[in-house]
Amino acid sequence: MSEIIIKNGFVFDPLQGIRGDKVDIAIKDGKIVETTALTNPKTIDAAGMTVMAGGVDIHSHVVGPKVNTGRLFRPEEKLFQNIKKTGSRMEMGTSIPSVYKTGYDYARMGYSYVNEAAMPPLHSPHVHEEIRDTPIIDISAMPVFGNNWFSLEYLKNNEIENNAAYTAWLLRATRGFGIKIVNPGGSEAWGWGLNCANIHEPVPYFDVTPAQIITGSIETNEYLGLPHSIHIHPNNLGNPGNYVDTLETLKLAEGYTAKNAFGRTQVMHLTHLQFHAYGGEGFNFESKVPEIMDYVNSHDNITVDIGQVTLDETTTMTADGPFEHHLRAVNNLKWANVDVELETAAGVVPFVYSANNKANAVQWAIGLEIGLLAKDPMRTYITTDHPNAGPFTRYPRVIKWLMSQAAREAQMDAFKHRDKVIDVTNIAGIDRELTLYEIAQMTRAGTAKALGIADMYGGLAPGMDADVAIYNLNAESMPSDAEEIEKAFSRCAYMLKDGIVAVKDGEIVAEPAKRTIWVDVKVPENAQVNRDIYEHFLKHYSLKLENYSLFEEHLHNPRVIEVNAAE
Amino acid sequence: MVDKLTLNMITQRSIEEGIAMEKGKTTQEYFEACSIIEMNEEDIRTLGLLPNQLVRVTSECGSVIVKAIKGRQTVYPGLAHIPQGVWSNQIVPPRTQATGEPQYSGFPVTVESARGEKRKSALECVQGAVGLWNGE
Amino acid sequence: MPKKIENVGCPYCGVCCDDLVVTVSDDGRKVLEVENACAIGNEIFQHASSEGRISLPRLRQPDGTYKDISYDEAVDYAARVLIKAKKPLIFGFGSTNCEGMAAAAKVAEKAGAVLDNCASICHGSSFLAIFDNGYPSCTLGETKNRADVIVYWGSNPAHAHPRHMSRYSIFPRGFFTGKGHKGRKIIVIDPRYTDTARVADIYVQVKQGQDYDLFNAFRTVIRGEDIPDEVAGVKKEQILQVAEILKKARFGTIFYGMGLCHSDGRNHNVDIAISMTRDLNDFTKWTIMAMRGHYNIAGPGVVWAWTTGYPYCIDMSKKDRAYMNPGETSSVDLAMRDEVDAFFNVGTDAGAHFPIEAVKHLKKHPWITIDPNICMASEISDLHIPVGIVGVEVPGIVYRMDNVPIQYRQVLNPPDGVISDEELFERIHQRISEIEAEEGITQTSAAAAGTQTSFVGE
Ligand code: SF4
Ligand SMILES: [Zn+2]
Repeated sequence: MSEIIIKNGFVFDPLQGIRGDKVDIAIKDGKIVETTALTNPKTIDAAGMTVMAGGVDIHSHVVGPKVNTGRLFRPEEKLFQNIKKTGSRMEMGTSIPSVYKTGYDYARMGYSYVNEAAMPPLHSPHVHEEIRDTPIIDISAMPVFGNNWFSLEYLKNNEIENNAAYTAWLLRATRGFGIKIVNPGGSEAWGWGLNCANIHEPVPYFDVTPAQIITGSIETNEYLGLPHSIHIHPNNLGNPGNYVDTLETLKLAEGYTAKNAFGRTQVMHLTHLQFHAYGGEGFNFESKVPEIMDYVNSHDNITVDIGQVTLDETTTMTADGPFEHHLRAVNNLKWANVDVELETAAGVVPFVYSANNKANAVQWAIGLEIGLLAKDPMRTYITTDHPNAGPFTRYPRVIKWLMSQAAREAQMDAFKHRDKVIDVTNIAGIDRELTLYEIAQMTRAGTAKALGIADMYGGLAPGMDADVAIYNLNAESMPSDAEEIEKAFSRCAYMLKDGIVAVKDGEIVAEPAKRTIWVDVKVPENAQVNRDIYEHFLKHYSLKLENYSLFEEHLHNPRVIEVNAAE
Repeated sequence: MVDKLTLNMITQRSIEEGIAMEKGKTTQEYFEACSIIEMNEEDIRTLGLLPNQLVRVTSECGSVIVKAIKGRQTVYPGLAHIPQGVWSNQIVPPRTQATGEPQYSGFPVTVESARGEKRKSALECVQGAVGLWNGE
Repeated sequence: MPKKIENVGCPYCGVCCDDLVVTVSDDGRKVLEVENACAIGNEIFQHASSEGRISLPRLRQPDGTYKDISYDEAVDYAARVLIKAKKPLIFGFGSTNCEGMAAAAKVAEKAGAVLDNCASICHGSSFLAIFDNGYPSCTLGETKNRADVIVYWGSNPAHAHPRHMSRYSIFPRGFFTGKGHKGRKIIVIDPRYTDTARVADIYVQVKQGQDYDLFNAFRTVIRGEDIPDEVAGVKKEQILQVAEILKKARFGTIFYGMGLCHSDGRNHNVDIAISMTRDLNDFTKWTIMAMRGHYNIAGPGVVWAWTTGYPYCIDMSKKDRAYMNPGETSSVDLAMRDEVDAFFNVGTDAGAHFPIEAVKHLKKHPWITIDPNICMASEISDLHIPVGIVGVEVPGIVYRMDNVPIQYRQVLNPPDGVISDEELFERIHQRISEIEAEEGITQTSAAAAGTQTSFVGE
């Protein structure tokens, strides 16, 4: 295979502590190698450009049933687009792009890895079909626990070993990556049209509290030693005053330390924190980011991602069924819902975030405050909870806002309720501008570490995958116009995937094969769990156990991470 | 008693059609399952039909000969049913109300006795319509 | 030794039973026994192994007869028809697997075709309603485990989905529904007194074509307003009685079918059904589900949504983008307007199931049928290409009526030489590329190449 050397670029690789130095990056057979290992490389001249590892997205909804429901039920999203076909397939959709557009757009932004944030276990064959058709980017998918009847029963009785055996079984059955928890207990309650409003409210019938589910899941995760920690969308999303529930949720992690062989240090990843950092009540809600980020900053067994509102028309979708039902009453738009037997739920509602709406502008400020008040960018990540707070294609804009106070002010000046927004938030008083190094931490190094995949992704050390993004940004003389930052991150100069140039000058030039990453855990034989699985499939599932686990032929280009929890 | 009756036609799936279809659309089973019309007893009487008599059913876009029966799944007077299939589609109007879906149910037809005539086979219906029927 | 294969999925209706046990002969060519299937499912497997299957493509000759040709010749013929046509229509997919649908989408995009599926003449009205109003639904296991009230409206599972009631709705004992049938109320709303109506606790005879009015009456009553003494042929007392049951349910599911989609009102009937479901969720938990007909007719909607963003009626004649407007880009309308100039009938039988007027229009142009069996479409085609029967001879993923993916198995070997839909479409795609290269036809779009090639700036 070909050899490549990337010369003269400003390299930002937080995993190796490289802060913009001019380092040559050598690539051979799809891997990063020492420069001495090359014999006759082709050269990419990155003079005046910024070089980073391929981006690693820790939380995005890109494949699977609810994403696809969003695509299907929003034809209006495609009406006015006019995209020239440049890849092998046409690109359709905006907030919920087709699989092709998803792969191409991530690659154009220099991303090479996306962690699908919610796979309903029952629908895993669907998820894997979409992974197969998504070009270029590697994808892992987290099965949704947290409302799963098996887990509810085990965790009610604090049977960690049983829950661990079940978890290992489900990861294998779905070829999944880690433990996702969405509105613990609340989505099961939604089966009856109810919810769990806080972490102490027990789940109807199952009589276990969200708090028990969360701590039990942490214990399960660390018992197994999974690459990633539990990944939680906590209770009471989107409601004013919910920062109390969020703090209570974060505090559940106290006393736990990460046990794993993958370099991960957190025991809880709390996702789209922006939706969970609200004070006040009713439409008079306010930012409680300082309170929350104080806590996050001082507890290094926690990581968070932002879930930045981008002020776009988008499509919300979450396994938090009751929340979507609530949302459709707010905006009265169309509402799709799927309750998934024994496991989870999902809702989808279109949503328009507007700069003219005070609440949306406050949400915007809250998101940026999270990024700007983060003391440790290795533990705070850039996301938009795509497509919930905005499409992932707006990451470059989020980066711009985080890197430029002027850009933030320009946006605030465009708010209809500027002064009211400033009153209830802290954004106006923050002059911090994140550096390229910090952006690299928040978009690849930190996320790869939190996912436990930092030996393969998120950095440029020899031995790692040759996934590289080169941006047209001169680190020594950054543009005075922040728009240039957004432009550079939107369309990278080069994106290499496994050492193959997939993007050049912002356009797709090749579509190298992509992978499915999953975690295979060995656990001791567990007769009781086997029996429980057998019973539930016999009596309560609507399909056969033997047809539930993904058939090997439906897993595409797998890369398995093996974990041994049997000893 | 009248010679001709106007009824409201619906065409829907039947299990007999389902089974026969999997045997093949050229089989006798398919023929028997689908070349029928189910009517209310009262309407059968009004037309003075004998049990299992053939009738001609005519819609705005064509006509077809089928066998009139009471059927187990009863319809109220004025409503009639031909199982989904080759014969029903000889008369289903292709108008879609701009939705893509033809008027499979709820279109006016006239029903009259067709004593002495013969039901066409499935192939004769379809091949005949496109000039491929060679009369076997 | 005959071989028993368990957990086999049934490739007939949207119930997608996956508990069949099929015993096949030693040589894997004949089905000896089928357990657990209904009469239709049984027939499918029996028929699959019966004699007289077509094993070679057949091309129509000038004298009207068919002549066997090779798959290579058939692929070449199909590719040339697609290249020559300005706007070919590729329709069907009621009986194919998702792998085949994905491959067909690739061909349609390359050929600039209109890609449509049976929903166009079936649950297309549901899609239109979903575009407007959403779809509060659930998986079938939810209904089985929780539902204490079931409504079948304009659907007749006793005939169209024989095991629906026993597997998911009326009879099974689920987690919270241990009493089975005894603990459930069944309401059937239909102009006909169907075999499904016979098992109902309450049968509501609605006047044909007046479903919308009846839904409206229910919504009005549910909101506490008054209605006339009779609506759509139904007495006020009965409407009040049913509305009360709907409101008091702990968990309910409305299963609706062609009675709504095929009658006057079409998508508006479904739209108001969804609105009623939304309304009911202010009181308790309600869900709604389309009784999708064929075992994988939900499949193309799912696969093509992730491919193009649209579930059906997908006009790709521009090649670099897709466009959908049912009524304009729907198969029967395209046919009636003579807007398409080649027709691919795939895994369905438009010859039997389109109104004959539409068939006559389509038949003015080349007609190619891709289907395992002899059907009306195959008997009027210019070319018939047989393929393996999905779920019997070809495995793959299918989507049940609740959009749950079910992995289907292979139980028999296909007749010698017969290939799958997926392979056929991949070969047609390949052949189009070859012919375009040979004849120097340039793509309208810039970089249609783009696979695996490494490109490095010097
Ligand atoms: S109910 Fe449907 S899927 Fe089940 S066996 Fe019968 S035809 Fe097959
Ligand atoms: Zn999310």
